[in-house]
Amino acid sequence: MAIKTDQKPRHTALGLTLDDAKGMYRAMLLTRMLGERMMQMNRMGRAAFVGVADGHEAAEVGSAWVITRGHDWVHPYYRDVGVALVLGQTAKDQFLGVFAKATDPNSGGRQVVNQFSSPEANIVTGSVCIATQFPQAAGIALAIKIRKEDRVVFTYGGDGSTSPGDFHEAVNFAAIHKLPVIFVIENNLFAISTPTSKQMSVPNVADRAAGYGIPGLIADGTDVLDVYAKTKEAADRARRGEGPSIVEVKCYRYQPHSSDDDDSRYRSKDLLKEWQAKDPVDKGRDYLLSEGVPQPELEAMRAEIAAEIERSIDEAESAPDPRAEDLLEHVYAKEGIPGGTRA
Amino acid sequence: MPPTRVPSSPAAVLGPAAVQETREMFYAEALNDALRLEMQRDPRVIVLGEDIAEHGGAFQVTAGLLAEFGPDRIRQTPISEIGLVGTAVGAALTGLRPVAELMYIDFSGLAIDQIVNQAAQNRFMFGGQARVPLVVRTQGGSGRGNAAQHSKSLEAWFTHVAGLKVVMPSTPADAKGLLAAAIRDDDPVMFIEHKLLYRTKGAVPTGEHLVPLGRADVKREGTDVTIVTWSRDVLLSLEAAAKLADLGIAAEVVDVRSLVPLDKEKILSSVRKTRRCLVVHEAIKRGGYGAEIAAIVAEEAFDDLDAPPRRLAGVDTPIPYAQPLELGVVPQVADIVKAARELVAG
Repeated sequence: MAIKTDQKPRHTALGLTLDDAKGMYRAMLLTRMLGERMMQMNRMGRAAFVGVADGHEAAEVGSAWVITRGHDWVHPYYRDVGVALVLGQTAKDQFLGVFAKATDPNSGGRQVVNQFSSPEANIVTGSVCIATQFPQAAGIALAIKIRKEDRVVFTYGGDGSTSPGDFHEAVNFAAIHKLPVIFVIENNLFAISTPTSKQMSVPNVADRAAGYGIPGLIADGTDVLDVYAKTKEAADRARRGEGPSIVEVKCYRYQPHSSDDDDSRYRSKDLLKEWQAKDPVDKGRDYLLSEGVPQPELEAMRAEIAAEIERSIDEAESAPDPRAEDLLEHVYAKEGIPGGTRA
Repeated sequence: MPPTRVPSSPAAVLGPAAVQETREMFYAEALNDALRLEMQRDPRVIVLGEDIAEHGGAFQVTAGLLAEFGPDRIRQTPISEIGLVGTAVGAALTGLRPVAELMYIDFSGLAIDQIVNQAAQNRFMFGGQARVPLVVRTQGGSGRGNAAQHSKSLEAWFTHVAGLKVVMPSTPADAKGLLAAAIRDDDPVMFIEHKLLYRTKGAVPTGEHLVPLGRADVKREGTDVTIVTWSRDVLLSLEAAAKLADLGIAAEVVDVRSLVPLDKEKILSSVRKTRRCLVVHEAIKRGGYGAEIAAIVAEEAFDDLDAPPRRLAGVDTPIPYAQPLELGVVPQVADIVKAARELVAG
């Protein structure tokens, strides 16, 4: 029996259009399909090293949908393919990075994979040294505050990144000075193989916020609209000048930590099945169907993404490699080195 | 004291015939003057550090800046070296020009990742799309009974990192001019002061004064031996050179001022003239930057040498607390005189 209700659709209640909801789903699906294809490419020997975001799609896309591109600042971490895609990077960009091509938009083949960067979108290149993005994000927020701008910094990390002292020093500094920065923590329950119970003595990363006198929000990482809602709440607060928040997004990574990891040594298949039963991408699809989006439209979207990925691989594989003669580029600024000496 | 008018030293770069007002200043005061002028000139310049606001900094380098520029630009941080350097890196990535103060270079290990893995490499890892115009001001050196964790000379660590510049001024005038140049530089600079230099005095140009990074300065001319050195050891080497002159030895003292970039040409041209090279530094000899300079001299000026290049440097030990021990672990004037005499006699 269908129940007729006057309740607005969830996305409308959040100020989003149906096109937003479709866009979020498309970004999640692209993230998922890219991840699966990249892992295959690695196993086929066509990609040296990859790290993929399967299971994190709602966490990344839902939070990134709050970001005003090119206005706000973003300091993501290495799993944030979904964030990069929402902010305008393409499937081809991801493969240019994986293949370390001269036209890789992140670094021209200098930085390791998944260190997204874009001056236009204010995305700061990340670090494989865990948690170093947090103090920098606080510093970007400090600059915003000094300049009296209404921008917000969105910085990302996994649950493991809340263990190094960097996290504490950054959140503490941001809280003292009420800086406009949001610490989005994608808690997938494992720091490589270390479960959260061996990382912290509280059940939630968000619980730590109390020690800094700031809000700690928990979002359901299988529900893109819930992630959007919680991140939006934190961003609105930051834009009002009320300071930082921690947004903890509970999710699960389906693939190993990276292509070099074997997760069968530390995680059970049952846990994976439990999370796949509430898969964020499937839930996104079901939501659109429930809002009356026709099934064929979603099937066409999937086919179009698959074609885009194959085209991207072809184009990226044939893109030029970096040239050895450019090796010394970008170590120091060109100006400022006196003649006859070099740094 | 009224300002005096003296010709600018060869080091000044305001033009060959420039004559500039100078004033006697302490080294710390000259650094303060550079910070103040750069902050007045450029609103993007901010200062972060521990106890730098009302307190004025452990060595009073930031004294008075809070009153003039306010707490937004003179930002006192908690005791959190990772946080304060990391924050400065983030602010620099947005185009601000932060000066982060690490109270002692011994604490730089706490912040080493932000300096070495982040600031130094961000331009490169961004494929040239970003820059980190950051200055990390810190101080090192022994001689104040501060012992093992407050007295080290760690400049060699930072010279080994591609992407960093390393500057170590010896005089108040150089301190001012190099700090101003470092702040205007588009790359991260480790600006290493010496705790015993803060209360040394010298004539400093008033107003804008810039000493470009990468230009060594011949602080005393001579023909018999070149002493290549930096920071406080320049003062000791000048004292030694005066004593050597009494012994009939004309020593040339080359102050490298910036270790990275290094003014190789000035070092080599001096060595080619004197045919002997003594490198003096306070840091531990093993793995010290003197080895780099001695190797450059050996590689590039071997045929012009009358003797192998020689290093005089700190003993391989932590800095002790007791003064008789402390004086024994780093080169003193008498040691420099002795080493130079042996080199010339050799």
